[in-house]
Amino acid sequence: MSKEILTGVYFMQGDIACAEGALAAGCKFFGGYPITPASEIAERMAERLPEVSGVYIQMEDELASIAAVVGSSWTGAKSMTATSGPGISLMQENIGYAVATETPCVLINVQRGGPSTGIPSIHLQGDIIQARRGSHGEYEMIALAPSSSQEMFDFTIDAFNLAEKYRTPVFILSDAFVGHMREEVIIPEPERIYRVPRKLPDSGTCGGKFRGFLDEDVAPMPIFGHGFKTHVTGSCHNDFGQRNVIDAEALDYYIKRLNSKISKHAHEIISVSQDVDGKEVALISYGSCYRAAREALNILEDEGIRQVGSFRLLTVWPFPRNQIQELARKVKSIIVLENNLGQITPYVEAAAGGQAEVIFLPPRVLGTLHDPATIVDKVKEVIR
Amino acid sequence: MIEIDEDLCKGCEICVAFCAKDVLEMSDKFNKKGVHPPLVVREEDCNLCGNCMLYCPDLAIVVAEEEESE
Amino acid sequence: MKLVHPLMKYVRPGAISTATCTGCGDGIIAQAVLRAIDELELNIDDFVFVSGIGCAGWIPSPFFNADTLHTTHGRPIAFATGVKLARPDREVVVISGDGDLAAIGGNHLIHAARRNIGMTVICANNGIYGMTGGQVAPTTPLGLKTTTTPYGNVERAFDLCALTDAAGASYVARWTTYHARGLTRSVKKALTKRGFSFIEVISQCPLQYGRRTGVGNAVAMMKGYKENSLSVKKAASLSEEELKNKIIVGELVDKDMPELTEQIEKLRRIHE
Ligand SMILES: Cc1ncc(C[n+]2csc(CCOP(=O)(O)OP(=O)(O)O)c2C)c(N)n1
Ligand code: SF4
Ligand code: SF4
Ligand code: SF4
Ligand SMILES: [Mg+2]
Repeated sequence: MSKEILTGVYFMQGDIACAEGALAAGCKFFGGYPITPASEIAERMAERLPEVSGVYIQMEDELASIAAVVGSSWTGAKSMTATSGPGISLMQENIGYAVATETPCVLINVQRGGPSTGIPSIHLQGDIIQARRGSHGEYEMIALAPSSSQEMFDFTIDAFNLAEKYRTPVFILSDAFVGHMREEVIIPEPERIYRVPRKLPDSGTCGGKFRGFLDEDVAPMPIFGHGFKTHVTGSCHNDFGQRNVIDAEALDYYIKRLNSKISKHAHEIISVSQDVDGKEVALISYGSCYRAAREALNILEDEGIRQVGSFRLLTVWPFPRNQIQELARKVKSIIVLENNLGQITPYVEAAAGGQAEVIFLPPRVLGTLHDPATIVDKVKEVIR
Repeated sequence: MIEIDEDLCKGCEICVAFCAKDVLEMSDKFNKKGVHPPLVVREEDCNLCGNCMLYCPDLAIVVAEEEESE
Repeated sequence: MKLVHPLMKYVRPGAISTATCTGCGDGIIAQAVLRAIDELELNIDDFVFVSGIGCAGWIPSPFFNADTLHTTHGRPIAFATGVKLARPDREVVVISGDGDLAAIGGNHLIHAARRNIGMTVICANNGIYGMTGGQVAPTTPLGLKTTTTPYGNVERAFDLCALTDAAGASYVARWTTYHARGLTRSVKKALTKRGFSFIEVISQCPLQYGRRTGVGNAVAMMKGYKENSLSVKKAASLSEEELKNKIIVGELVDKDMPELTEQIEKLRRIHE
């Protein structure tokens, strides 16, 4: 059996499944700092990475963790870190650096209750907007929201593949509920796991003459140690990586290129699952809230109420604006389920553009799953 | 043999100040950067110690043995 | 007959004319590093140079024609740790400023020394925040007036060599830009050491330090280094009082201890 891919059927914690997904995707570097509810990922990686010739390091803090992840990625390693609220906040500056330097890496945020230290082991979808805009400046982000242990495994592989394909950091927005629960996880045969290899320049290419940055269609990455003489900087730079900290024109080009690399390909990145055709009401959800949405839909179906469908965001960012626009033309009402005070709801409202009524529904108590009965009640109220 | 790449020079005078043999002097002319580069005025006194080259922050000075420069 | 500078071959085409001010010590440090590589006959393609934000961060970036990682303020050692761990066969050299390495990045400095990771860290210590306009640094002498200590600095300066020594570095040396030869020797030594090496270079910032504090231009500052420095050997026989305001130059630590990436390699072998 491959040491990287532990093919089999398991009863596995979400965090552990995430670590196994990373290894299955080919992750060879983990830099992190312990924090509840993400520490299990670090612990698993510490045990497993030496088995697959990888490196685990516990850094002195999260500022250092993300820096080490980016540094290792520039040597060609598939790299990741895993943390939660306070750690994610500390990482923000260098997440921006990873975006700016087009460094593939995977950032796992097992969200907990905040702001500040909050409550470590209680799940909140509190960092959704932070993932999108937490670092300064103008940039795009890719983020996936798993809702089960199996998806912690599957989405982590997807995250590595997206990171490689678009040469950019990718978030997994999990939470304490999904990270800590145990469920069946099926790890497939190695042949059934698809890994996107990193696009590299031809050997013999010299950095100075090579456009290794700012290609809307993703430039090959001139990783270190191959004589490319690569110049990497988080300051404004051109296609060759040459720094320019003087011209607004250069900044304009730099920002627009970095952003269009993601926005131009948004239709390939965005993933939603929906069954809304012919429905009157849609339940929009992502991450752990999807579980409650599913439950509510089962109850409604048992009661014979069939005019309600699910619209789930598998990728929260880039935001599926067009898909929701289309949804708003099909249904009368949209109920947005979030375990927060409404972070994507304004985006849904903007996309719906008044074509459908948008209702935000948090759980009665933040930090808990929605009681499916409250969702059912809300649906009945809406269709009445 | 000493050679000064005048256009790289920023005119700091470090080379002049730290030449124990007073071989160099600042000139009156302006280079492309608009500063006065140094001039080799007493090459015969130069002992090729290499200090001027070592200290030049802008790699503007080269000192070499005559035969090595062939 | 035109002579070509022997170190020009290591300079990135297009970056030959540096962005530093007239007489800035950063250029002398850049040259010492390149000279060490040249004298050791090492291949610059085997290096990764990592720097932070500040004037000193521009010593290798983009000047050195090699793989260079110009990172964020304070974090170059953390980035370099990732590079070294993932590619232990690379020569990883961090070159950055005193503010970068000892203020905002101080934690990474001590932890890299504690881990004894095989990298060389060169601190261009100009005792000031050069790039941002001459604000106080943790290395600024007591009493000095800077743009943010208008009444004089009330904090003591860090002894970066004592700090890295205490944290566990394998090799520690201090020089000034006046001691360019000693500095080159130490860089050579550091590059051949297996563990963590730290070299502090007291360096002139004629613009933000020299001019504002009245110490003078680059020449005056370097003459000051010459007059105020003592060798480690000489300093050993002097009292604390006699050593006040003196710069002790030379090798301060040189020992061999297990290096981090070698320890990690051993973990992997358990599973082979
Ligand atoms: C997080 C962050 N804080 C502040 C700054 C602004 N900043 C840029 S360089 C610098 C100080 C540089 O001082 P030093 O490291 O000593 O380098 P020098 O310019 O003196 O060589 C500061 C504070 C920044 N770039 N990033
Ligand atoms: S090599 Fe020495 S003696 Fe000759 S000019 Fe330079 S500093 Fe003066
Ligand atoms: S040391 Fe170099 S830059 Fe300074 S004056 Fe001499 S040649 Fe010019
Ligand atoms: S401000 Fe000071 S440290 Fe920065 S380049 Fe100018 S002289 Fe050098
Ligand atoms: Mg400084």
